[in-house]
Amino acid sequence: MLSYAARRFLGALPTLFIIITFAFFMMRLAPGGPFDSNRHLPPEIEYNIEAAYNLDKPVYEQYFIYLDNLAHFDLGPSYKTKDFTVGEMIAAGLPVSLRLGLSAMALAIFFGIALGTIAALNKNKGTDYGVMVLAMFGITIPTFVTAPILTLIFGIYGVNFLGMDLSLPVGGWNGGALPNMILPVTVLALPQIAIISRLVRGSTIEALRSNYVRTARAKGLPAYLILWRHVLRSSLLPLVSYLGPAVAGLLTGSLIVEQIFGLPGIGRYFVNAALNRDYTLMMGVIIVYAVFIIGLNLVADLLYAVLDPRVTYKR
Amino acid sequence: MSIIVPNAGNAAAMTRAQEMRGRSLWVDARRRLFENKAAVVSMVLLAIITLMAILAPLLSRYSFDATDWNVVSCAPDWWPDSTVMCNAGGTHWFGTDSVGRDLFVRVLYGARVSLAVGLVTTLVSLLIGVLYGAIAGYIGGLLDDIMMRVVDVLYSLPFIFFVIILMVIFHRSLFLLFVAIGAVEWLTMARIVRGQTLSIKHKEFIEAARAGGVGPLAIILRHVIPNLLGPVIIYVTLTIPDVILAESFLSFLGLGVQEPLTSWGVLISDGANQMEIAPWMLIFPALFMALTLFCFNFIGDGLRDALDPKER
Repeated sequence: MLSYAARRFLGALPTLFIIITFAFFMMRLAPGGPFDSNRHLPPEIEYNIEAAYNLDKPVYEQYFIYLDNLAHFDLGPSYKTKDFTVGEMIAAGLPVSLRLGLSAMALAIFFGIALGTIAALNKNKGTDYGVMVLAMFGITIPTFVTAPILTLIFGIYGVNFLGMDLSLPVGGWNGGALPNMILPVTVLALPQIAIISRLVRGSTIEALRSNYVRTARAKGLPAYLILWRHVLRSSLLPLVSYLGPAVAGLLTGSLIVEQIFGLPGIGRYFVNAALNRDYTLMMGVIIVYAVFIIGLNLVADLLYAVLDPRVTYKR
Repeated sequence: MSIIVPNAGNAAAMTRAQEMRGRSLWVDARRRLFENKAAVVSMVLLAIITLMAILAPLLSRYSFDATDWNVVSCAPDWWPDSTVMCNAGGTHWFGTDSVGRDLFVRVLYGARVSLAVGLVTTLVSLLIGVLYGAIAGYIGGLLDDIMMRVVDVLYSLPFIFFVIILMVIFHRSLFLLFVAIGAVEWLTMARIVRGQTLSIKHKEFIEAARAGGVGPLAIILRHVIPNLLGPVIIYVTLTIPDVILAESFLSFLGLGVQEPLTSWGVLISDGANQMEIAPWMLIFPALFMALTLFCFNFIGDGLRDALDPKER
C-alpha cells in the first residue's frame, strides 16, 4: 500500500513539472510584454525595468531562474500590482477560495448523497423523476445564470417569509460572515449537487440489485441497516473517484462566483491577472490550482484503493 | 438484439417475428429513441431553435447590430410594468438592449454563434479523440502507454485556465475559440474510444481482417471506428452542451466573441449587469440557452438508453 502511494505521488510530480513548463513558455511566447504600455519610456528605463525582472536574459535562463525561485516557494513579484509579491496575493486570496470551495463541496456531498439515495430507493416513481429533473436543471443551467437570478430574488427583491426578512447580501466577503457566504456557496454547489445525485442514484440502483443486498434482505436485516452497511458503502465508491473532477469543477465555478459576488479569492485574481496580462500572478494561480487538482486526484485514488477491496495495488 | 419468442400457432405473430429478426442494432435503437418522449420533444425543439437561428435575418424586421436610441433598454410590449415598454407597436418581441438593439434578433444571432461553436468544436474534438483513442487502443503496448500517459497529464491540467490564457495572449477569434475548447474536449473522447477499441480488438471480424492482410490503419478506419459509433454518438451529444457552456463561460468573463457579434454567454453577461432595471435582457438569452442545453442532455440520455439498453 505504502509503495503504491509513493509510486502515485512520484507519478504526480512530473505532471506538475510539465504544467509549470507549459505555462511558463506559453506566457513567454505571448506577444506584448507586461510593461508595454501607452506611455513611451526612455529605452534606458525600459531596459532597467526588464533587467530588474530578469526579462533581458534568454528565455531558457529565465525559465531556470523561475524554477529555482519556485523551489524556494517564491512565485516572484506581481508585474502589475506594485509592492506585492505573487505569494502574498495568493496567501490573501486562498483562504477565501478554500473556505468557499470546501463549504460548497460539503454541501454538494451531503445533498447529493441524500437526493441520489432517495431517488434510487424510489426508482421510476414520482420522487425519482422529480429529483432527476432537478438534477438536469442543476447540470444544464450554468453558474452565471443561477447567480444573478438568486441575487435578484434574495438580494434585490428580498424575500419575506412569515414576516421574517430573508434577504441576503449580494456581494462582498465581510470577513466570511455566514450571510455573505450563503449565496455564493449555494450557487457553487448546485451543479455539483446535481452531478453527485445522478452518480449516487446510478450506483445505488446497481448496489440494490446486487446479490449481497439480496442476501442481507433474506437474512432479515432491517432496511435502514442494509442501506447503511451494505448499499451506501459500495454506492459511494464512484463518488470518491469523482472527487478530482469535482474539485476542478469547483475551481472553474469559483472564477465566476468570485467575480459575480465580488469576493477576494484567487479566482478573481486570476481573471483580473488574465485581463491585465499580469503573467507572474497568472502563473502563480495556475500552479496553485494544479497542485490542488493533482493532489486531490491523488487522494481520491488512494482513498479508492483503501475503500475498495477489489483494487489491487500491484501494477 | 431483442429475442422474440414466437407464439406457437399464431401465423401472424410468426411472420412478424421473422421480420423482427432482421432488425439491426440501429433500427432497434431508433425505435427505442423515438419511444422516448423527452428525447423526441427535445429533437423537435432543437430543430426549431436551429431553424430560427439559421433564418434569423428573415424573422425580424430589425438588424442584429442596428442601434436605435429611441428604444434603449425597453421591455417587450407584453411586459407587466408598462412604464418601461418600448411602445414600438409590439415589434420588439423580447425588448431591446442597452443600446437599443432588438433582443429577439440578438438572441437568435447568439444562437448562431453558440451552436456553431458547439458543433464545430465538437467535430474537432471528435476527429482528434477518435483517431487518437483508436490508434492507442488498437496498436497497444508501449505506444498505448505513452499516448495515454499524455492524456493523463493533459487531464490534470486546469485546462480552462489555459484556454483563458490562450484567449488573452493571442487575438481573440472564433477560430481560436474552436481550437482552444476543442483541445480540452477531445481527452474524454480519446479515453472512451480507447476503452471501446480494447474491448473489440480481439473480436473475430478484426482477426479475419488481419488474416486477410489488411494493414493496421485500414483496420482502424474500416473496422474499428465504425464499430465504436454507439458510445461516440452518445458522447458527442453530451459534448455539444459542454462546449456551448465553455464558450458562454469565456464570453461571460469577457474573453469570448467580440462586438457586434454576440453569443448567449455575452448576452447573459450583459443581462446580468442590467438585471435590476431590465430583467428581460437576462431572462431571454438564459431561457434559450438553458432550453438548448436541456434538449442536448435529454437527447444524449435518450440515445444512451436506446443504444445501450442494459444500462436502464
